[in-house]
Amino acid sequence: MRARVVAGAALTTVVLLVPAIAGPFLRYLALNMLLLALLALSFNLLFGMTGLLSFGQGAFYSGGAYAAALLLRAGMPLLWSIALGALAAAALAAVLGAFCVRHTRIYFSMLTLAFGMLVYAVVWKWTDVTGGDDGLIGIPRGRIGLPGPFDVSLDAPVRYYLFAAALVLLSIGVLHRLSSSPLGLSLRAIRENAERAEFSGIPVRRTIYIAFVTAGLFAGLSGALLAPLEQTVSPSTAHWTKSAEPVMATLIGGPLSFLGPVVGAVVYLGLKEIIVRFTEYWLLVFGLVLLGTVLAFRGGLMGALGLYLARRRRR
Amino acid sequence: MLFQGLVGLSEAMYLWLVAAGLSLIFGVMRVLNFAHGSLYMLGAYFAWVAVRVTGSFWVALVVGPLAVAAVGWAMESGFLRRVYSAPEAFQLLLTFAFVLMLDDAVKLVFGPVYQSPPTPAALSGAFVVGRSILPTYHLFILCVGALVGLGLWLLLEKTGFGLVIRATAADREMARALGVRSSRLFTRVFILGAWLAGFGGALSMPVRAISPGMGEFIIIEAFVVVVLGGLGSLRGAFVGALLIGLLHAYGLLFMPVFELALGYMAMAAVLIVRPWGLFGLRES
Repeated sequence: MRARVVAGAALTTVVLLVPAIAGPFLRYLALNMLLLALLALSFNLLFGMTGLLSFGQGAFYSGGAYAAALLLRAGMPLLWSIALGALAAAALAAVLGAFCVRHTRIYFSMLTLAFGMLVYAVVWKWTDVTGGDDGLIGIPRGRIGLPGPFDVSLDAPVRYYLFAAALVLLSIGVLHRLSSSPLGLSLRAIRENAERAEFSGIPVRRTIYIAFVTAGLFAGLSGALLAPLEQTVSPSTAHWTKSAEPVMATLIGGPLSFLGPVVGAVVYLGLKEIIVRFTEYWLLVFGLVLLGTVLAFRGGLMGALGLYLARRRRR
Repeated sequence: MLFQGLVGLSEAMYLWLVAAGLSLIFGVMRVLNFAHGSLYMLGAYFAWVAVRVTGSFWVALVVGPLAVAAVGWAMESGFLRRVYSAPEAFQLLLTFAFVLMLDDAVKLVFGPVYQSPPTPAALSGAFVVGRSILPTYHLFILCVGALVGLGLWLLLEKTGFGLVIRATAADREMARALGVRSSRLFTRVFILGAWLAGFGGALSMPVRAISPGMGEFIIIEAFVVVVLGGLGSLRGAFVGALLIGLLHAYGLLFMPVFELALGYMAMAAVLIVRPWGLFGLRES
């Protein structure tokens, strides 16, 4: 328990200190890491807890991004656009989830992938609304949309960083609470033995459905926060290569630890930033990293750390 | 109209070859091979290299798929075998690592540009039926696809190897208890599946441009096909491929805006009515 409080406080301090010590590029990278961390946590709500591998988180990420972008362009204040963007993604997850949770394991992975690409196809072709392959451009940040003296403008990148970082940290807190709530415990029971969970009175399908929609909500929030950061949104947010990012981040960091996806997101984007300076074939390198992880380090970095600590304690 | 139908059917044949391998591997090994589209892509590239070296399309059609089968052998016996005891998700992730590596490796070796080799002279003509033009190559592909289907059916129903495959697909534990050496069987089935994907890629070479992204595209189509038809069912893969091929061809003609989404909508529709697919077995 104490370790968790320390980890939370350390994470918050580092994140909030970034604008004071880092330049614009590092700050931009840090926010991208936070957004990927949130996306990976949403993915891991399904994968780490229930063992269901979703290859379609990009669909909800993109849904949140486009919804927020459209609302912002229509003149809605920032906070409301982002909240409604995340809710739109949750609504999308509620529809697609109804199909996906009827299936187990591999069927689930394939369906999420196919539905993700369906969203991609729609975004790509529905030019009137989404701008087609050009995407949406000129997304304003503007005012936050709170009453009175709190209604500050977030046009300055530093302010937007603080705003988005605070929302991500808040979400990480909520997701952490969720993982130790009755819902989280039910999900873990389903992962270990779905049949036994069903017999002990857990409505398996409904529980997974709730987790699916929740994952969609937070993936959508991550996307909604991206739109004002980039000030553009493109269809690539829905492509399966985007859906693969949270998968890789989670695997690298470790799916069985709550903070695994966060650590993984930081390592993944950090590594990518370094590798692309040497070669444009960075996916080849990540393929190798993923291969090594699957063959030898299924617990990821956090799993390896846990093993190391346990061994040291025993000595 | 007729032309569009033929184009759709020939597209369906590439899909069928990829989906057949995917479904066969899943049926026996319970592994969903994400890298199957990449094997298809390798088939096209290997065949293209063989054409440039030997000058013969027919040699390429033999050499390319065999080279892919060799890659499949290395994949299964070198890597995949090590994760059979891990949760299914990790097997999927291992094959996904191969997607990343193979796609980038192809870009590294052959460059990111499109290549379009010429159609072999003997097949480059066309028949005229009424007011429609039917390219010979498309008819050729249709025949080859049907022949492969017939060959697979004979292999599964009439040979000892086929019997072992069917037995393992039906009940793995029981087959093993009766003396099936599953590790050797898995390697062979994976090689056969890889060969099918490579053959599809080699066949597609003259009509579809070759590019590093071609595998990513077809694997998702193949997923839709096997979900439609039912995972593990070859008949389902065949019917699903025909359905998707025709849907795309006529969709392009009548509703070009929805063309990309049509296949997914068909999949969703089937899933509502029969979640286990048209020819699949009900999930227990």
